[in-house]
Amino acid sequence: MSRGRAINAWLLLSIAVASVLTLIAVPESLRVLRPFWLALVLIYWTIEAPEHYGLGFAFALGLLQDVLVGTLLGEHAFRLAIIGFIVLRFRSRMRFFPMWQQALAVGALLLNDRIVVLLLRAIAGDFAIDWRYWLAPLVGAALWPWVFLLLDDLRSRGRQRES
Amino acid sequence: MPVYSAEGAPLFSEGSGGSLRLLVWLALASALMAIDLRTGLLREVRVAANALVAPIQTVATAPLHAARAMREATAERAGLVAENADLREQLLFAQAKLDRLAIVQEQNNRLRALLDARQKLGLRAQLAELIDVDLDPYRHRILINQGERHGVFVGQAVIDANGLVGQVLDVEDARATVILLSDPSHAVPVRVQRTGLRVIAYGSGDPGRIELPHVPFSADIKVGDLLVTSGIGGRFPPGLPVATVYEVQTDNSATFAVAEARPLAGIAGATELLLVSDETLALGPLPTPDVEFVGPPEGLQVPSENPP
Repeated sequence: MSRGRAINAWLLLSIAVASVLTLIAVPESLRVLRPFWLALVLIYWTIEAPEHYGLGFAFALGLLQDVLVGTLLGEHAFRLAIIGFIVLRFRSRMRFFPMWQQALAVGALLLNDRIVVLLLRAIAGDFAIDWRYWLAPLVGAALWPWVFLLLDDLRSRGRQRES
Repeated sequence: MPVYSAEGAPLFSEGSGGSLRLLVWLALASALMAIDLRTGLLREVRVAANALVAPIQTVATAPLHAARAMREATAERAGLVAENADLREQLLFAQAKLDRLAIVQEQNNRLRALLDARQKLGLRAQLAELIDVDLDPYRHRILINQGERHGVFVGQAVIDANGLVGQVLDVEDARATVILLSDPSHAVPVRVQRTGLRVIAYGSGDPGRIELPHVPFSADIKVGDLLVTSGIGGRFPPGLPVATVYEVQTDNSATFAVAEARPLAGIAGATELLLVSDETLALGPLPTPDVEFVGPPEGLQVPSENPP
């Protein structure tokens, strides 16, 4: 019971931090490199505690992101539901991947997400991209080990304090 | 009873859901997007939800504000003096321009009175500040700190010191979303100031470039031409500077010329913006939003093809 609460506190904190990182202003040239922070957080929690966080959780996170960045309601929900689904499918393998392989998998997930965005926006209206559009997933993959280790460390510490 | 794979790890953990569940969620998301795109039904939901995430935005803008305050506090005296001198010079320059404008304006008013024009074409402007959060870099939207309660309305033109920036796309209580003129789904009716030629400028997805794809081949347009809003459609007040042409090419079919222009406004880097509206709009809706309506008030009988 108390352990569940500890997880929830970390979960909320990680979502809040990811939201701030999503919005925080950075120099113009770095803007296109911004990784999909909420997706990284979602992937982490889906791998670690899928019994709590399923597709509904991914959907809700997506709605939060839609409101945050002002996209069509449902766009990020759509994207995160797909990510959540794939992670749930391959969770038992991804968990035991070495870190570099896990990062590659995350990169592939984010790349796939970019393609999904392209399709969604092409349906909704005009959308122009350039080559830098494809860089953000690489940044996300490169950051994944750090995100993973940080969240894992914080979570296990919280668990120790509780017990 | 969970299914186990060869390694002994559960293949489908509980709560994972199969493809069917994914499809249900995706359908739900698609329905939401369609409703949001095509109707205004979700507007209230959005406004309420925005109020909930406002604290996150405040936190996200805090470091930038702190950095700015720090820079101001520690700026060297010499730097400030130089900046002050620079600003004073700019002010003088602007004042001189304003004086000249005032004369033209007065003359204009007299002529209008002579012509018995019914509507005044003054501009109303209000200052808005950018909310320093980064939205998706591929969507060419910005947030400003003025909203419905400050009298902002959808379609209002947004300019900075140098030219047109875009228009208000969505208004909430205390803030508004602005679509930049570089957005590929944005179009603005413009006029070549030198010749009076009227064309439509489309966003290209690149903040430093807008496109004029359908210029008649015979039309007189060349590099260096200034584009100003034409006022067609009644959405943008006429005469706001928009961009300068930097390239003119023939398109593949050789029936149209394609021109590219560089926006005058600092589209990507503007922090202080002006929301402008025609006073004609402020007084009430235009009598007939005619497609052929071209800028000048109805009382005028002057053909609008001739530039003044």
